[in-house]
Amino acid sequence: MRIDKDLVAASATPLVLGILVDGESYGYAILQRVNELSGGRMQWTDGMLYPLLHRLERLGHVSSSWGVSDVGRRRKHYAITPAGRAALAERQEQWAVVSGALTQVWQAVRDAEVRLPVLPEAGAGRPAEGAL
Amino acid sequence: MRERRETGVAQGPVDGEGLEVQIEQWRLYVQRSRAVTASDADEMEDHLRAQVADLGATGLDDDEAFLVAVRRMGSVDAVSREFAREHSERLWRHLVLVPDDGDSSGRTSWRELLVVLALGVGAGLAVKAGLVLLDDESLFLRNVGLLVLPFLAGYLAWKRRLTPPVLAALAAPFVVLAVVLNVYPFEPLGSTEVIAALHAPVALWCAVGLAYVGGRWRADENRMDFVRFTGELAIYFTLLAIGGGVLLGLSAGVFEVAGLDFEPLLESWVLPFCVPGAFVVAAWLVEAKQDVVENIAPVLTRVFTPLTLVMLVVMAGVLVASGDLAAADRALLILVDGVLLLVLALLLYSISARDPLARAGVFDALQLALVVAALAVDAVALTAMLTRIAEFGATPNKVVALGLNLLLLVHLVVAAWLQLRFLQGRRPFAALARWQTRYLPVYGAWAVAVVVLVPPLFGFV
Repeated sequence: MRIDKDLVAASATPLVLGILVDGESYGYAILQRVNELSGGRMQWTDGMLYPLLHRLERLGHVSSSWGVSDVGRRRKHYAITPAGRAALAERQEQWAVVSGALTQVWQAVRDAEVRLPVLPEAGAGRPAEGAL
Repeated sequence: MRERRETGVAQGPVDGEGLEVQIEQWRLYVQRSRAVTASDADEMEDHLRAQVADLGATGLDDDEAFLVAVRRMGSVDAVSREFAREHSERLWRHLVLVPDDGDSSGRTSWRELLVVLALGVGAGLAVKAGLVLLDDESLFLRNVGLLVLPFLAGYLAWKRRLTPPVLAALAAPFVVLAVVLNVYPFEPLGSTEVIAALHAPVALWCAVGLAYVGGRWRADENRMDFVRFTGELAIYFTLLAIGGGVLLGLSAGVFEVAGLDFEPLLESWVLPFCVPGAFVVAAWLVEAKQDVVENIAPVLTRVFTPLTLVMLVVMAGVLVASGDLAAADRALLILVDGVLLLVLALLLYSISARDPLARAGVFDALQLALVVAALAVDAVALTAMLTRIAEFGATPNKVVALGLNLLLLVHLVVAAWLQLRFLQGRRPFAALARWQTRYLPVYGAWAVAVVVLVPPLFGFV
């Protein structure tokens, strides 16, 4: 399944901040964690993570420091800041509202399907697909 | 990239070496965008290597793992665009005059700044001393180049670490001109004195050029560098002057409100120190910026070449329509010399920034039109002046203006010819550039000749 790129973009900030709540991390590890959390179904363009991290750093949501990897390469680590936690809490509330509204919509769609079985050629595959 | 990769693999029996070459190539490609710094590239390279290692652990060989990892990184252009959106300030080039980290280059820069400031103050002191000691105003004007330019030449000599023979060669023109300008019995504010005062700085500027190129003045490329330096210096000095003018205007306003007269302070202290100081500082800025900030003079030529062409066409019309040019005085000749100098500068600075290998384009044709129009204006003015000189005899002003006109004429006619051949594809662009830089020392020789020979020939009137 391909997830719409706008949806990926909208969820990227809370995902990254949320992953950093677990502790300091670096780019590649953050992406691996995203893969784990989505069961490999959220495919990010890896390179795009870095401009995002830099933006979060500029906004003061994360701080960065250079460290060394276990094989001795230079590696940039990111940690969430108190401002970042506050931003994450705010995002969480926003997502809760969106998700609550969507849950009700999905419920309404299911109810409608039960009452009025859709004809195959009616093209109503879209909401059903979304409900998956 | 494919070729390099294959050679990379072929050279090293170990697969890992091929991977290193590939990663190096990728890095170079990523860093082509100005929005991506070396540390961003480090960060992404770390990512790429971690990905390659993980993919390698699942059984892919280095080549395959690299291809998959690069693909997952996404299009380099798209990622660079994203970096550019986040770091728009990086798309502007910034000039770091004195790096703030404490490495050795930072210390050198600080030392250079101190040298520049000391020389700037020195130039100010020299001018102030000149104003006080050379109580005759015309005497001061004759010597002003000798008071300021040695400090600029000194800075360049320090920067280029000139050897004693070059230093001696550099000192000679200053000494010779100092003697000539102060020993000749000029008629006060006579025309030969004004001519000498105007030409001495040109001759001294050639000496500054000698310091700039570190004594290697025979190389065309070095002379072109000095031309670039001169143009940028003029622009930076103008910018400093405008900024200084704003400060002085505000100060004068406050003095006036407070009921104090600002002018004596301005004339006796602020200007004698600030103007020569700004000159030396401008030279330092141009030296420091060199490859960091785009040259401005060639940018201005792009704007002013078409405008100047329009001006020349209008001028030619006015000259032809006015009819009776025999009545025109030497001011016309001097004006026309000014026009030719302007056209020459436009030509020179656009050549200084042009890629010699680029094919002839519309702008090159426009420049040819500019030179031809300038020559047409010159022809109209010159015929009028020659009849006049034949009628009324030669004066120092006329002879010098006419001589300069001839020099410029030769310069521009040959330049127009080479430009035409270049547009036709018969001569390389390099021939045109070479002509421009080879001809420049002629102006220095001319200036020296004018200062040394014209006053005695005309009896110092």
